[in-house]
Amino acid sequence: MQVHHNFFISMQKPKSQSSKPVGKRRAEDNPGLYLHIPFCEIKCRYCDFFSVTELSRITDFLDAICREMNLRGKVFKFFDTLYIGGGTPSVLRPDQLNRLLEHLHQHFTISKEAEITLEANPADISVSVMKELHSLGINRLNIGVQSFDNRILEFLGRRHNGRQAIQAIEASLQAGFGNFGIDLIYGIPGQKRNTWIKTLEQALTFQIPHLSCYQLTVEPETPLGQSYKKGLILTPDNDELFELFMDTSEFLEKAGYCHYEVSNFARGDSRISRHNSKYWHHIPYLGLGPSAHSFDGEKRWMNVRSLEDYIQRLNQGKLPMEFCENLTREELQLEALFLGFRTSAGIDLDDFEEKFGWNLWSVKERDYELLLDAGHLKIVNGRLQPTRTGMALADSLALL
Amino acid sequence: MDHIRNFSIIAHIDHGKSTLADRLIQFTGISDERTFKDQMLDNMDIERERGITIKSQAITLPYQAKDGKTYSLNLIDTPGHVDFSYEVSRALASCEGVLLLIDAAQGVQAQTVANLYLAMEHNLEIIPVINKIDLPSADVERVIEQIDDELGLDSEGHLKCSAKAGIGIQDILEAIVKRVPPPRGNPEAPLAALIFDAHYDPFRGTIIHCRIMEGTVKSGDTIRFMSNSATYRVEEVGHFLLQREKRNCLSAGEVGYIIAGVKTVSDVRTGDTITLDDRPCSQPLPGFREVKPVVFASIYPIASDDYDDLKAALEKYQLNDASFIYQKDSSAALGQGFRCGFLGLLHLEVVQERLEREYDQSIILSVPSVRYRFTLKDGSVVYVDNPAHYPGSSSIELSEEPYIRATLMLPERYLGAVMKLCMEKRGVNSTLNYPSPGRVELLYEMPLAEVIYDFYDRFKSVTQGYGSFDYELIDYRESQLVLLDILVNGERVDALSQIVHRDRARARGLQACERLKEEIPRQMFKIAIQGAIGGEIISRTTITPFRKDVIAKCYGGDISRKRKLLEKQKKGKKRMKMIGQVSIPQSAFLSVLKSDAD
Repeated sequence: MQVHHNFFISMQKPKSQSSKPVGKRRAEDNPGLYLHIPFCEIKCRYCDFFSVTELSRITDFLDAICREMNLRGKVFKFFDTLYIGGGTPSVLRPDQLNRLLEHLHQHFTISKEAEITLEANPADISVSVMKELHSLGINRLNIGVQSFDNRILEFLGRRHNGRQAIQAIEASLQAGFGNFGIDLIYGIPGQKRNTWIKTLEQALTFQIPHLSCYQLTVEPETPLGQSYKKGLILTPDNDELFELFMDTSEFLEKAGYCHYEVSNFARGDSRISRHNSKYWHHIPYLGLGPSAHSFDGEKRWMNVRSLEDYIQRLNQGKLPMEFCENLTREELQLEALFLGFRTSAGIDLDDFEEKFGWNLWSVKERDYELLLDAGHLKIVNGRLQPTRTGMALADSLALL
Repeated sequence: MDHIRNFSIIAHIDHGKSTLADRLIQFTGISDERTFKDQMLDNMDIERERGITIKSQAITLPYQAKDGKTYSLNLIDTPGHVDFSYEVSRALASCEGVLLLIDAAQGVQAQTVANLYLAMEHNLEIIPVINKIDLPSADVERVIEQIDDELGLDSEGHLKCSAKAGIGIQDILEAIVKRVPPPRGNPEAPLAALIFDAHYDPFRGTIIHCRIMEGTVKSGDTIRFMSNSATYRVEEVGHFLLQREKRNCLSAGEVGYIIAGVKTVSDVRTGDTITLDDRPCSQPLPGFREVKPVVFASIYPIASDDYDDLKAALEKYQLNDASFIYQKDSSAALGQGFRCGFLGLLHLEVVQERLEREYDQSIILSVPSVRYRFTLKDGSVVYVDNPAHYPGSSSIELSEEPYIRATLMLPERYLGAVMKLCMEKRGVNSTLNYPSPGRVELLYEMPLAEVIYDFYDRFKSVTQGYGSFDYELIDYRESQLVLLDILVNGERVDALSQIVHRDRARARGLQACERLKEEIPRQMFKIAIQGAIGGEIISRTTITPFRKDVIAKCYGGDISRKRKLLEKQKKGKKRMKMIGQVSIPQSAFLSVLKSDAD
């Protein structure tokens, strides 16, 4: 299955052939590597990421993902971000993580300055374990706090409480993680605006480097989605969600965070999630593990969304790919737009023209002018950037 | 001729007309199971979906009766909507008898009665057939009573069947043979053939469907259309079996087709009489009427690049629909398009659907209008069927609008509600008749414009489907007319303009604004919708913008899914028309004519 031999070539080609100074090539244009650890102790009610609760399958899974590395490692070489997500990667013991990382280093080159992030559940975090992880080379944590409010945590079906969330943050700091982020969820049925702002205030007391504030999305294939379908819960309406979105952004920017993506806030540019930014800037990524997606600049493919299939295929020496699509220029264009408008950096008009062969601004000038007037867009240094209200309309902006 | 029977099936909608037709076809064995497609006579997808027949169709069924003789039974199917009542009358004029089909569970309904009256007008033998007798809810006794009391027929001769289950089919065929009189006419007389339909065949040109009343026609004859004296040389004549079957000649009493090098269907007029050029009959058959469109609307391509495609599609479409006319038109808001004439609103909707489905066109239809008559101050008279050509109130001396005489048949219990509706629709000079106990016939004169403006839907709704309705144009009458414009974000959308009665203007303006508010999706900007007469704003609504559409999470695994969703939205957007920066969906243009259902 020779599908991705051009991972590197394809992303470098347009740059090296362009008349632009080589200096414009940025370090973050290197691909990112993602590992999907598909295990959770319990499933949260709202989450539709792929994971299973049969922790007894971890060993077989580790064998399988190492096999996948063997197969992919022959083609892919260099990465400068690594993100271990899931699932709940923190259900792995440090020695298991160690095995994973060692195998990874044998098959891939990870930059010395790489950002290496591990997603962790607050209940799994202790100073000693975090120290161990730090020594393995993990230099960034993303902690699934979601809320400090026990009632909300219970509603979401989380296995930690508010106290554990706070302890996890303190333990991470103590263990030496200067760089870490927490996830928070808002727009929860019954949650008052004040409750949410209080959650943010609580987070601020720790001067957390990175905050992901997600509006609750009710996914149909989840227990929460089922409750919604039965009419058991009432979600805030679109206007309320918009107000909450604006409040969140204003509140955090006032507190010194930059709102650099729809749901992401960093305490200074150096604290942004370098790995996740690759998705939004359309930079290639390789995903390993069941249900993981990969993108080489032209193709996107997805691994099977079943742990047993995944293990079985790799046992047979086959790549566990479920689907692969060749992206047309039009598809890439649309992606570049809706991803770009998600970020405060927006879309570099020159880059866009170089990549797609037409000038975005001159074609859509009439629409964009109106949006500039309406305060949804701005132009900064040749970049078309969404304002705060524009970010909330990223999809519509992309469809103009 | 003694072995020919010409008949039609008439019924209320959904009483099983097409199913019975299928069963008769199957029984006579001209179609085997393998080639059989349900509802053979409803050829168009739309006909099958809506359950209504739009074009007439004919088929000849060879049937060996119990008397040992073989008969040719000509089944002539009829369209089932008031827009096409003239076509129905021509089809019935080609028959000697009808099967009046009644649903055993639903009993006699509005169209049963309306169709019965049409058949009686033509002095046809009427055979009542009770269908669906196998349904658990069937109440045959009640239907028999209704046949006697409500229809005033003799229920003695009724037949029972289940077309679906194939029960009682042979009895029906026998009754057709025994009770429908054989056609009369003299094969040696000068030719007189009644055209009841025509369709277009890409290889042979127009296929004329006709009933030979007198005389004989064969290939090589030169025929003449009596309405316009056009002459053609007959290439082929024959019968309709499952396909066309060539015959040497068609003689008095027969139903069949004539191919005579007629280029388009619009050269043929339904109801016209065909005779021989060298030996014409003395006078045309009665009942011919020039069919004129009464409802007008403009059609525009959604993308202006598709204009040529649309033009080609209309040309092709017209080959098969003689009652559809069109000419070039242009709109400030919607660009190049065509002004089209239709028999009624249903006809308009059928044309719209067929252009979209069969010809793959994405189109916008402007607000439908009738044809108004204005006498200007300089003494000249202009007919205006397009609000864009409204002469301007200062130059008008006299405004007139077309009136119709509406004939409404309904159970007495709905009389109050229907009279109220008719008055609301500016109906005048009402007459009330009681053709049978419990049933009333109500005649009203009212403006045609009120009828195209949702009258039919509301009439059906207030009579719970038991009312039937027919109309004929009578004359033009003086009226107070004004031009109602619609502005979207300050921009006048000429395709939404309407000519309306002054007293109705404000209500219509409000209604149009409300409808558009429902139809136009919220967008990133505030959209103001205004109704205006002259320079004066008479109504106004605002569509508030939506402010957030972005999803919370978009990481590596979400991008493809998200893209596909957006591609879908983009496709939907392409089907909308951009007026300035506002995307207006197709449905909005017709919606302004719809009012709130009571």
